[in-house]
Amino acid sequence: MKTYKSELLLIQKFITYVLLVFFALLIITPFVWMLCGAFKSNADQFNHIFLPMGDGFLGVDWSRLTLEHILTVYGDLRFGNSMMNSFFLASVISLVSTFFAAMGGYTLAKFDFRGRKLCNYIVFLCLIVPPSLMLAPVYELLYQMGLLNTYWALLLPSMSSALGVFLFRQTCINSIPDELLDAARIDGASEWRIFIQIVIPIIRPMIGAFILISFLGTWNNFLQPQLYLQDEYKLPLSVAISQLRGAYATNYGAISAGTLISVAPVVMLFIFLQKEFITGLTRGAVKG
Amino acid sequence: MKKAKLINPWIPYLFLSPFLLVFIVFMVYPLINSVILSMQQTFGADAKTFVFLDNFKDIFCNPLFYRSVWNTTLYTVGSLIIQVPLALALALMLNQPWLRGRTIYRLIIFSPALIGPIFVGVIFSIIFQRRTGLMNKLLHDLIGWNLDFPWLQEHAMVALLIAGAWMWVGFSMVYLLAALQQVSPTLMDAARIDGAGSFQRFRYITIPAIRPVLGFVILLSAINSLQLFELPFILFGYQGGPGGQGMTVVMFLYNNGFSYGDLGYASAIGWILALMTLIAVIVHHKVTRLFES
Repeated sequence: MKTYKSELLLIQKFITYVLLVFFALLIITPFVWMLCGAFKSNADQFNHIFLPMGDGFLGVDWSRLTLEHILTVYGDLRFGNSMMNSFFLASVISLVSTFFAAMGGYTLAKFDFRGRKLCNYIVFLCLIVPPSLMLAPVYELLYQMGLLNTYWALLLPSMSSALGVFLFRQTCINSIPDELLDAARIDGASEWRIFIQIVIPIIRPMIGAFILISFLGTWNNFLQPQLYLQDEYKLPLSVAISQLRGAYATNYGAISAGTLISVAPVVMLFIFLQKEFITGLTRGAVKG
Repeated sequence: MKKAKLINPWIPYLFLSPFLLVFIVFMVYPLINSVILSMQQTFGADAKTFVFLDNFKDIFCNPLFYRSVWNTTLYTVGSLIIQVPLALALALMLNQPWLRGRTIYRLIIFSPALIGPIFVGVIFSIIFQRRTGLMNKLLHDLIGWNLDFPWLQEHAMVALLIAGAWMWVGFSMVYLLAALQQVSPTLMDAARIDGAGSFQRFRYITIPAIRPVLGFVILLSAINSLQLFELPFILFGYQGGPGGQGMTVVMFLYNNGFSYGDLGYASAIGWILALMTLIAVIVHHKVTRLFES
């Protein structure tokens, strides 16, 4: 009986590993293809699925790899400039919106005031309104404010995030004891000082997670910059890369290299901060 | 315990003011304005004529609108059917206590969700190319697949579902895995001792325990699917390919509002899409109720 059971477990383990490896390969193959494509010369692009075969290490002809595509996208296509734009927008928006969201979420969690219930409904409303409904009227508003083709058009509406307020509210309800705040008040600390010196250190993990979430969101955002910005030199990577479809549609090397340098920074960031990110992402849903 | 009295009663409002300010300027005002806009015909942001309900009449006579609604619905239902069971299966496998390398599998399977739909679209636009794309070449080498298979030209929705699944399955999986990790191990052990088989434990302990998160994942996935834009926009071009076979509702909105410059028409489409989302939420709510009882 016992051996039968352990054999069954062994088979189960085997099948699980086979399936997981299969799915992991399925997911990773497009990345590998892109990585190879970015360093293959145009002549090798269509003859070899991945790397050009030859006599070198691992049966790959390493000498035929090239940096020409990376140089093309940084040089002719000015991806370096776009990358700086993406970094600027994503950093400013993630830092400011996280700070304001933490402030709002803490207030909704820990203060009793008239209109608190209404504010909770407002957050909920912001979460359920489909973003595409806002496209036309916000575009008109930005036009009237004269902000089109400026970074203010992207920065101002993102200064505060309903999702952030919601997540920080949950975090503060769960992790900040009222007694601590009252003790600080009795000691004469100002509300601002309490927020900066007591609340922020306690919710630091969520702050890290939300900075990452909004950094990624801004980095990957396409629609708003595509609609609001006209000048070539202001475009972030997401819009710059979409323009490769025209003249460079058949230049797989340039497309692969452009995508590679666009996604590499965020993937790196995530690898280092994986745990914080996933905790932040799932917190609202799982712990309710 | 009574809360200590605030010295300054304006503090909560002060702390909330950045959020409320953005809310009023970029949410309330545009939302009200979009009701008015949806009854106007505009050209750009300046020239407007009041047309009352003509926009809606026109939309409901436009075959391209029905095409985009059909495609969006097909994608939403299709991706739920593909992604939710797959994500649950992957999460269950990753939740096995004896599994080694859980973090690395999770990282790999989740990684496509990190890179925005626009970048996924760019990669898949060359993956799905006829003779030179990864998909046909790899399938050709492995199982003798037709090298000329026209993914983007004639099988737009299948291509979209594949790219969508690649991108989002890990996202749903992460939520389900987090929920599975909260399932009480004591309860599991008790059931095991009482002789419950693995299927019974799954059916009577795991599923009820993760049901709220499962419901959340389904709802989130449906709502996101209804907003599908970047992927088909890059894969098929803004017209959605031949005959609009890859056109979605948001693409239809984008084209009318920003290619043809009719913000009024676009607002009307926006409200119809909001209504579709509301219907999806209500259906989800009813179905959830049904399962609970």
